[in-house]
Amino acid sequence: MIVGELFDIFLLETILNGILLGGVLALLALGLNLIFGVIDVVWICYAELIMIGMYTVYYLYVVYQVPLVLACLVAIVLVAGCGALLHQFVIRPVLAAEPINQLLVTGGVLFFMQAAATLAFGVDFRNLGLRMPVIEVSEMYFSFARILAFVAALGGMVALYLFLTRTFIGTAVRAISQDRAIMPLMGVSPNRIYLVTSAIGGALAGLGACLLVLQYDVHPAIGLTFGPITFMICVLGGLGNMIGGFVAAFIFAQFISVGGFFFHLEWGYAIAFLFFIAMMFWKPRGLFTRTD
Amino acid sequence: MKNWRWIGLAALLLLPWLGLGNYVLHIAILVLLWAYVYTAWAMMGRFGLVSLGHGAFTAIGAYGTTLLWNAAGMSPWIGIPLSVALAMVAAVVIGWPCFRFRIVGHYFALVTLALSEVVRLIIIALRDYTGGSLGMTPNSALTQGPVSLYALQFADKTVWYYIVLAVWVMGLVVWQRVDRSMARMALEAISDQEDAAASVGVDVTRTKLQIAVLSAALAAFGGALFGQYQLYVNPDIVGGIGLSLQIVFASIAGGMFVQLGPTVGAIFTLLLTEILRVAIGHDVHGLDTTIYGLMLVVFIIFMPKGIVGTAQEMWQRRGQPARKPA
Repeated sequence: MIVGELFDIFLLETILNGILLGGVLALLALGLNLIFGVIDVVWICYAELIMIGMYTVYYLYVVYQVPLVLACLVAIVLVAGCGALLHQFVIRPVLAAEPINQLLVTGGVLFFMQAAATLAFGVDFRNLGLRMPVIEVSEMYFSFARILAFVAALGGMVALYLFLTRTFIGTAVRAISQDRAIMPLMGVSPNRIYLVTSAIGGALAGLGACLLVLQYDVHPAIGLTFGPITFMICVLGGLGNMIGGFVAAFIFAQFISVGGFFFHLEWGYAIAFLFFIAMMFWKPRGLFTRTD
Repeated sequence: MKNWRWIGLAALLLLPWLGLGNYVLHIAILVLLWAYVYTAWAMMGRFGLVSLGHGAFTAIGAYGTTLLWNAAGMSPWIGIPLSVALAMVAAVVIGWPCFRFRIVGHYFALVTLALSEVVRLIIIALRDYTGGSLGMTPNSALTQGPVSLYALQFADKTVWYYIVLAVWVMGLVVWQRVDRSMARMALEAISDQEDAAASVGVDVTRTKLQIAVLSAALAAFGGALFGQYQLYVNPDIVGGIGLSLQIVFASIAGGMFVQLGPTVGAIFTLLLTEILRVAIGHDVHGLDTTIYGLMLVVFIIFMPKGIVGTAQEMWQRRGQPARKPA
């Protein structure tokens, strides 16, 4: 394959599409990072929450004919509730246990949710059957769904930023992520903050689900497509570091997009993972080491 | 205690002659083979080195052996050592920087998770040679007769049972050797406090790397045998995140700090899935794994030391009720 010939409009289109993908990945990474930063737990089953959100939108919109926007709102609220439940019934009992048990317990939830989805919805691939317009900009084609997803993802991130900086409870969330031991002494109930954080993390997963279901088919194993890449993004950016995760998401998206352009899509992912492993050796604590 | 061990082994040796049929034998082979792989994992897992990358090693073992046989006509007698060597190289390539740069805990788990994904994706991407997600079948050498020693293919399950039994015992012996070695003390010190261990002269990187390479080699051997036994390999069955998590879960369910813990984990998880599968049948797809996942969650919350570990603890507490503080 001659590289010179490929440096053309198609490559540019691929790169721009990669940026659009990066927006959504950044949103997914943000939720996971928030939870890690505050509660110090990695939700291995994070992508399975996204799957639940995707199914919710699918069923409400396709089967029960609920307007799409309303269906998305319901999905966000529902997944937020799932996040809170996950914390209350699974994470809370193991908060004092070995960190690796916390990782594994959510791995058990992953198995459970995947199988429960198979049980409830079957293994068929389902999609909304929407026909989104394709936008043409000087001979490059972009799907409207991707642009919408990118814009909505950025909107979600701004909303989270405002919540964390402008509200009282948001300030408490930031405070507890900075010093876990002192905050209870200041009269903040950590568990309440954890629950709020888990619900917000869930809501971000729900928003991600609404954006992904516009572009991808939903099936019980969909979590395995987005889960690993989300972890890698978070770790590359430094677990708990939201800005790092944001940057890392765009780097990863370019690997997938451009790698998939030159080779097969699997190579795009494989190269992204290899890059991740290589980066871990160079910057073991992530691209941007936290200053505190 | 010593006698029980030999009685147990004798019972296992007699199992194929009890006339239980091929199905029971098949389950027994799978239990022993996976018990061996889980034991290999727990050898490093017990020292806090929780690898989610053992799916990569089993996949390298299984695919390496099968590809060398199918593409190059190389006998598994050479193919298996080569694949195991490749897995060891992979373990060094991943392990050395990890241990050198102090990548531990969550980070280690996630880096190794990336490794198992890389191997799975490469297998799928090379679909012209590996058959991609559909998997591949080693070319059969059983056209002439039921046994081909050269191709390491046997039609008779009894032969496989004895092979796998021997491999499992070998795994337990290796565990015991590690358990009684100086390396074990070094590793325990490292898992408690890396800096303190280094300060008293433990070569942290080297000690960790040794156990990781040993564990990877044993796991790759298990993967290769699985491919030879099933005569079918598939990236999601012999590798990937699913298998990696499965290995960790079963070991933890059984108890990764005890020699027979991973074996009990294998018996427990495989029998559970098999019983649920038979009892529920294929009509209700997914119910068996749903219950399985639920049980894993309950296990980790309430029994973090696993079945054997908890039983042992209770037994010890019964023996000396007054002196046990925690």
